[in-house]
Amino acid sequence: MSTPSTSSVAPQPETGTARVKRGMAEQLKGGVIMDVVTPEQAKIAEDAGAVAVMALERVPADIRKDGGVARMSDPDMIEGIIDAVSIPVMAKSRIGHFVEAQVLQSLGVDYIDESEVLTPADEVNHSDKWAFTTPFVCGATNLGEALRRIAEGAAMIRSKGEAGTGNVVEAVRHLRQIKNEIAKLRGFDNHELYAAAKELRAPYELVKEVAELGKLPVVLFSAGGVATPADAALMRQLGAEGVFVGSGIFKSGDPVKRAAAIVKATTFYDDPKVIADASRNLGEAMVGINCDTLPESERYAQRGW
Amino acid sequence: MSTPTIGVLALQGDVREHLAALATADALARPVRRPEELAEVDGLVIPGGESTTMSKLAVIFGMLEPLRERVRAGMPVYGTCAGMIMLADKILDGREDQETLGGIDMIVRRNAFGRQNESFEATIDMAGVEGGPVEGVFIRAPWVESVGGAVEVLATHDGHTVAVRQGNVLATSFHPELTGDHRVHALFVEMVRAGRS
Repeated sequence: MSTPSTSSVAPQPETGTARVKRGMAEQLKGGVIMDVVTPEQAKIAEDAGAVAVMALERVPADIRKDGGVARMSDPDMIEGIIDAVSIPVMAKSRIGHFVEAQVLQSLGVDYIDESEVLTPADEVNHSDKWAFTTPFVCGATNLGEALRRIAEGAAMIRSKGEAGTGNVVEAVRHLRQIKNEIAKLRGFDNHELYAAAKELRAPYELVKEVAELGKLPVVLFSAGGVATPADAALMRQLGAEGVFVGSGIFKSGDPVKRAAAIVKATTFYDDPKVIADASRNLGEAMVGINCDTLPESERYAQRGW
Repeated sequence: MSTPTIGVLALQGDVREHLAALATADALARPVRRPEELAEVDGLVIPGGESTTMSKLAVIFGMLEPLRERVRAGMPVYGTCAGMIMLADKILDGREDQETLGGIDMIVRRNAFGRQNESFEATIDMAGVEGGPVEGVFIRAPWVESVGGAVEVLATHDGHTVAVRQGNVLATSFHPELTGDHRVHALFVEMVRAGRS
């Protein structure tokens, strides 16, 4: 690598900086990111006011049903969705499968979700996300996990929840956990932050930054189990800056209506009248799964380390 | 002179960063989502975000016409990125049904600098901002394709117009709110003060 020039000439435009990656997620705040499996669904999502779509072959509910190994989607399918809409397009790679991530970057997706919903490719390591120009979003169940992902280069964090269940209970647990741990750090003095970093298994510098900011240094969304407008508003009132909706929309009775309703409730998350209006006559919600009846091996939130 | 109250359109986008930047630039900053909240501000920032979403929400929640009226009546407005698109009289590469507020006689091309992989940082010399260039953070950014005679071009990058002003309306393709440098917000706060006096 050549040494950067130290002359006083204005620096060349620079792509893939942390500010550009994290800044992209800042632009998505207050919005809904929807899972879509076809260009037609992507258009429905865009029409409904989604801030971005997640292009994938099967929504989590179907991945659960079908079983087997879940992998990155077909590039043709992802490109079809990129061509169909003008809003940002995200796509999922398996945990630790950095070659899938390289492929997604080459396709020009706007964000890569290194996702526990797909079958992990590496049971020890996540991908080195600093090595990419495309920013990454990663799931987390607690603060330590969120900070480990950020240390690896994630530019956005989402709760893991329990994808494909239509049950918001795990997303609530994860978001509360992250928020509570941040609040606890706020009360620590400098001496205690070193031990806190050890306990969280996260870099001290990041722990200190969170203690000072009172929030993660990147945008925090909620994901996993959101199925209704009230679910989306609940996650926002609990501190999520936006929501991912996976199976909840296209596994429901009236996706067009439900998508628009969830967008409205996400914007006016603190106005019960708007949420009530958005909740009227939406048809059937996706059939939910009770998370406590899920066998260990089918709990996606436990994937990732 | 008393502190001006400046709203940030909070339908979607990087609202918090703008509120913080305005507060640093000596304004009373507050989020605006409803017509009655709009009525209480002296000026308005339209943040970065997804312009199609913002436009749709503005229509659904009855904000489009009140916003257009205030802009027509001369309220100072500053738009960044998606906000710039919202302030364009005409847009290219938008959705067919995408509504804008207008306010600047310009044609803006959406996502003109490319997708996220092409998003970049560069230093920008901006007319009206003293003390050297500003840090320009461009995220799936638009550029101004052409402007009418009444529009002042304040900055260009790589031959493309990225900052403009027409009367009380200011727009940048880039996001000063994502940097610690709040001189562009200070310029806007001054515009709001001047508009009130």
